[in-house]
Amino acid sequence: MSVFTYLLLGFLILCAISVTFSKKLLNSILIFMSYSLIMSIIWMLLESPDLAITEAAVGAGVTSVLFFVTLKKIHAMGGEEQDHEER
Amino acid sequence: MKKDSAFSRWFYGEKDTLLGRVEMKPQKEYEPKEAELRELLEDHQHLREHIYDVHNRKLLAFSRMYKVAAVIFCLTLISIMLVTVSWLPESGNPQNPVNNEVSARYIEKGLQETGAVNIVTGMILDYRAFDTFGESNVLFIATVTVLILLRLDKEKKAPAKKGMVVYEKPLDELTVAQAEAHDRVYEPKNDAILQKVAGFLVPVIIIFGIYVVLNGHLSPGGGFSGGAIIGAGLILYLNAFGFEKTERFFTERTYKWTCFGALTFYCLAKSYSFYTGANHLESGIPLGTPGAILSSGLILPLNICVGLVVACTMYAFYALFRKGGF
Repeated sequence: MSVFTYLLLGFLILCAISVTFSKKLLNSILIFMSYSLIMSIIWMLLESPDLAITEAAVGAGVTSVLFFVTLKKIHAMGGEEQDHEER
Repeated sequence: MKKDSAFSRWFYGEKDTLLGRVEMKPQKEYEPKEAELRELLEDHQHLREHIYDVHNRKLLAFSRMYKVAAVIFCLTLISIMLVTVSWLPESGNPQNPVNNEVSARYIEKGLQETGAVNIVTGMILDYRAFDTFGESNVLFIATVTVLILLRLDKEKKAPAKKGMVVYEKPLDELTVAQAEAHDRVYEPKNDAILQKVAGFLVPVIIIFGIYVVLNGHLSPGGGFSGGAIIGAGLILYLNAFGFEKTERFFTERTYKWTCFGALTFYCLAKSYSFYTGANHLESGIPLGTPGAILSSGLILPLNICVGLVVACTMYAFYALFRKGGF
């Protein structure tokens, strides 16, 4: 039980560090999603299932989708060269 | 397997079954042209000499200093935070200041006074209903702000200049229909896989969301989380089937009236306690037996209101980000 919790907490720190070091914005959003999922499992272990449901739905679901749409709007989703070729 | 069936011969690379039946072009090796290469080299030279000032001593020293200062700053911040955290009381200690008479009363008398099995919902929708009302209003105001920033006109504002390609106009000059087309340039409009999967998943997601909202006072969850789940289901539906399908049941009018109705009902249903300075008064609705769906008085309708506002807000955010309208 406690080993599992420490594993999850370690993964959280790993996610937080790798977000800052990832060059692509898309990758950082994906890492952010996994951070939210891990966080919701930790809420479950802390015996607050209300927060766990909200974290999974809002943090991992809706917020990331909004981030994706924003990335697409500012043309940061694919590589820039590809974007130029298709124009 | 037969030794010399068409499959085995293809598998061992003896025969290409498509050879002669499909039009094939021989691949050409990539040869960079002389002019292209020269241009590339000139670009590099230009960059090195004029844009990146590599020989400027001061600039180099500054960039090195900048890196060192950033690392020192980060380490200082981390150590300050760690020291602060080490001063916090140990979690789970019964002597902590959070464990005072307020939480003791919520835990001991919450079931009797609110009728909600889930103490958290009893707390946020009965004892702290005013705060939840403020949260719903914050969501509504956030959507209105996004609407002001990102909204596009239904009809074209000014006639477009001649010879202008639609996709190269700035976004705020597009109409709603053009913005949608612009958004779909690089992706298929009716993706069969996505539509099939959405056909299976969307009803399940939305029914689960409704379950979470309606059972907010019995099981974990409640208006906010259930509304977010419903909103996510609506977003998936919109992604799979496009705006023509969703416009049949969700337009700007629907959004306006749902949010307005839910917030007004919430305000009116709880206004007696807001008016009396958040003192608890009898609402007149019987609390019912704890554990039944129709129990705990006003909490169920308030949960439904919050769920409606949150679901509409999530969907509205997405639609506004996508094409600047509903």
